[in-house]
Order: sequence, then structure tokens, then C-alpha cells
Amino acid sequence: MLEVVAEGSGPLFMDPDPDKAREFFRKKNRAMVSKVMSVREAVEKFVHDGDYLAIGGFGANRIPTAVCHEIVRQRKKNLIFAGHTSTHDFQILAAGEVFDRCDIAYIIGLEARGLSPNARRYMESGKVQVCEWSNYAMALRLKAAAMGVSFLPGRNLMGTDTFRNSAAKVVRCPFTDKLFVLYPALWPDVAAIHVHEADVYGNCRIKGISVADLELARAAKRLIITTEKLVPNEVIRQDPTSTVIPYFLVDAVCEVPFGSYPGNMPYEYFSDEEHLKQWLTVEKDPEEFRRFLDKYIYGVDDFNQYLELCGGIERIMQLRAQEHLILNTNRG
Amino acid sequence: MAEYNTMEMMICAAARYLEDGAAVAVGTGAPCAAAMLAQKTHSPNLVIIFEAGGVAPILPTMPISVGDSRTFHKAIMASGMCDVMETMQRGMVDYCFLGGAQIDMYGNLNSSVIGEWSRPKVRFPGSGGANDFGSFAWRIMVITPQDSRRFVERVDFITTPGYLDGPGAREKAGLAPGTGPYKVITNMAVMGFDPETKRMRIESVHKGYTVKDVQDNTGFELLVSPELEETPEPTEEELRVLREEVDPHRYIIGR
Repeated sequence: MLEVVAEGSGPLFMDPDPDKAREFFRKKNRAMVSKVMSVREAVEKFVHDGDYLAIGGFGANRIPTAVCHEIVRQRKKNLIFAGHTSTHDFQILAAGEVFDRCDIAYIIGLEARGLSPNARRYMESGKVQVCEWSNYAMALRLKAAAMGVSFLPGRNLMGTDTFRNSAAKVVRCPFTDKLFVLYPALWPDVAAIHVHEADVYGNCRIKGISVADLELARAAKRLIITTEKLVPNEVIRQDPTSTVIPYFLVDAVCEVPFGSYPGNMPYEYFSDEEHLKQWLTVEKDPEEFRRFLDKYIYGVDDFNQYLELCGGIERIMQLRAQEHLILNTNRG
Repeated sequence: MAEYNTMEMMICAAARYLEDGAAVAVGTGAPCAAAMLAQKTHSPNLVIIFEAGGVAPILPTMPISVGDSRTFHKAIMASGMCDVMETMQRGMVDYCFLGGAQIDMYGNLNSSVIGEWSRPKVRFPGSGGANDFGSFAWRIMVITPQDSRRFVERVDFITTPGYLDGPGAREKAGLAPGTGPYKVITNMAVMGFDPETKRMRIESVHKGYTVKDVQDNTGFELLVSPELEETPEPTEEELRVLREEVDPHRYIIGR
């Protein structure tokens, strides 16, 4: 028996039972069929009110912006959100108030750019039930789920209020007598990840850092992929070393060029710092922010229209030049 | 001596602690500038890593995000969060840099809430990777302004572990032995931690400031090192590299 020496008092939003997860994955379709659809269709089909949602990438880097917008546009509600490495994605979802529970590793902030006034108001409103973690703690929870086990140990969090308000437990190791914190597995109901290339079946390639997306893709029960471009299946089969997400994990494949905008997409385009700054500025005034959201999210049909409002291809060309250090500046 | 501003002073002071061949986990801003400066001056073999997966990049310019494409520009490896954190947990990362809204005499850091956790007056981002860095790295470095609203008797929330409530507390809680806060670098001084009590102590004071200035801007009683000295000023060469190569657009040093 493992001796539990301390436990956090935060809420555990998801069941860490690996056998229930196995039952789910047993029934997941392995047929190689085309999963190409629009983002609207993917969100209608695979994101349900009350679901646990996780978003891939790192805040404003390689994020599935179109999916975040669509979730807000479809006015999904009562979601549980994985606030893990989240920045602009969190800002969008908080704007729509689509979640009422949140696992917190990193929320509200946009790193060096500052804090989102609206996301902060929402989190201080008392409308959201929270549990504290760290980035690695959340990555380990996804890794445990990806492995099909109910927990994984780490050597962080211990001794802190982050631990006391988490749902982790500290145990004594039966081999060494040392203390370790155990993280419960997390199988999100649905996740969305933006990738560089995918075929119609959902075989995916990512260039650059993977953050925690390899774990997330394997942990999520349903997975929506947005991709910069669709590639033929032969391209995947020619170089299987490059496949990081196999098709049988994937439920929807949506081709969304420039789909991480206004976030950075490695080797493609840099983040649009002017537009991100605009978000932070208009959020200061709730009325102005409402008009901003009406214009950019609720008032458009899809991501392409949003991109047009933000300057379209011309803006993307500037961001591409920034990404490739042709224009050696990265701030607006 | 050359003219320099406070940010330049802090970055130069921090850079000197990063010896050649060490590995350092950084965020954006001043810590990243300090690591770049060290690499371009006395520590060409400094290994710089970022929590989202960037390992040993040749940084072309200041990153905005610890996960943006600059953080793995011409890197040795574009990896992922688990790999980076586990490299730290394994004991291969010597230094990390952290910040926060509050720090106490044991170097505990708060980046989560001001007020009651259950109904916070102010909500901040939370740990992010800070708790992980602060648990795993051998030595924690902090760069922050000297301000009694930041340097408080008790942090409202321990997001990231310093020495917790004193000697032996980290080990008792289960954290790896031999780890903990190392230096706190401010606009006025460099502080370290007393080896016996694990309490913060002034080790050097920057030119133009006194121990009293530092204490007056701190919300708890600071110890003073018996070997108290004046912090060496930035050299001409450090300032040249910092201004011309590290941060030519003055994103950080212009703040």
C-alpha cells in the first residue's frame, strides 16, 4: 500500500479510471476514412456543452484559433477548460464565457504582453470553479492518460499552496521511501490542435516544438485537427518518421490556412502583436470589448472572414517576413 | 565608467552568475537577456532552454513568448514540455529564472492570487512552469524591482517553493535536496540566502544605494552578509554586447 502523506483539496473534474478510458478507446473508429469538414461542423459534432476541453500549442503559438472562435460563436457553455499553457486561446474562450470550471496552470496572462483585463474580470467574478496545477503537472496528467495509467509521479508542487489547492496527492515511494506527488490522469472529452500538415484521414505533422501536444492528442477522447494545409496520404507514407499524430486518434480534419493567427506558426508566420495588443486595449472597456467581439467573432461566418478583417493576405505576408527575419522586428 | 540604466545593471549582474558550461531555464524578458549576454561574453557554452521545448537555440532576437519560434531558432532540438521539465527533474539544469507578484524572506514566490484563494481580490496567471522550475532547478534566480509591496512578510499564496518556512523544509516536503533560491537581483542590490537560516540577506548593494535604502523598500527584516560589498558596475564590453547584440531594439533595456 502506498502511504498518502498529503493531499490537495482542489476539485478533480475528471474521472481518472483507466478502464473507463479503455472502454471508450476500444470503440473509437480505426477506419481510414476522410474526416475533412468545416470548423463549424467539427465544433457542432464534437464539442458538447459540459465537455472537458483542451487546446494544443502554447497560448499564442500554433493554436487552433478557428476552433476557439467557433466554440464562442456557437455559444457552447458549461465547459471545463484545461488552462494549460493557455494565453490567447484562454482570452478568446473567457470572452465567450464558455467554461465554468477550470484546471489552472497558466491563465489570464499573455506572457510579456500583459494580463487580459476581461479574462481577469471573468476569473475574479466567482463564476468559475478552479483547481491549481502547474504546466508540467498538467502535461503529466495528459501523459498518464496517453499511457493508459491512472497517475504519474513528479517531484514538483510539494510544500506549496499550489499543491494544497490541487487534486494531487503526495505518497511515499515503496522503493526509496522518498516523497513523490501523484497526478491523476486526465482524459479530455475533446481537444483541438493546429498542425502544419495533415492528410484527409488525420495523419499529422508538426514542425518545431511539440509542447504537450503529442500527449494531448493521445489523451483526448475526441480530437479536432486544424491544419495549415492538407497533403496527400502518399506524402505521409513516404516519410512516416515525420508523423506525430496518427489518424486513428483524430475525429475531424479542417483545413485552415493561417489558422494560428494572430498567434505565431513556426516557419510560417509570426504573431500579430498589433492585433493582440488591440485585444488587450479594447478589453479595458467592457462595452467596447462587446462591440469588438461582435465585429470580429459573432459577426463573421468563419475564420477566413476574421482574417480578412485583420488585413488578410497582406498582413500575413508581413508576418511571414517577420517570421523569416526578413523584417527583423517582432513587435508591432 | 559608462552610463547605464537600472535594467542594464540588473541584467549584467544576473549574467555574471551563469558560468560557462552551465544550463539555464529562462522565460522572456530580463532573464532571457541575461542568459544571452552571458552566452555572448563569458559563457559561450551556456545551454539555454525554454519550457515549451526549445533547447539551445541561437536566439536571433528577444522572444515574446517562451514558446515562440525564436526559442528554437537554429536550436539543437525542438522538443516538448515533458522532455524539458524532465531534464530539469533529472538534475541537469543548474539555474532557472523566476518572477512573481510577491516574494518573502525565504524566497517563496506568489504568482497566483492576492487575497483569499477562494475569492481572490486579484487573480494572476498561476504557476505556469514556475513551480516546476522552482522545484527542479538546482538554483533559483529572481530578477525583480525592490519594493515593499513585492518583498512581503508572508506571500498571500505560495505558488512556487522557496525555502518554504525555513531550513530543511523543502526536503521535508519532498523536494529534491540541495535545491532552492540562490540570488535575488533588484534595482538596488543582490541578495542571497543565509546558509543557516535560509533567510534572505543583502550580499551586495549597487552604486548609489545603501543597505538602508534596500531595507526601507523591503517588507521584512533582511539579514546582511558579513562580506557585504558594492555590486560591480556593468563593464563597457557588457553594455556594448547588451545594447548592440542582445537587445538592439531596446525591448527590455528600454523599459
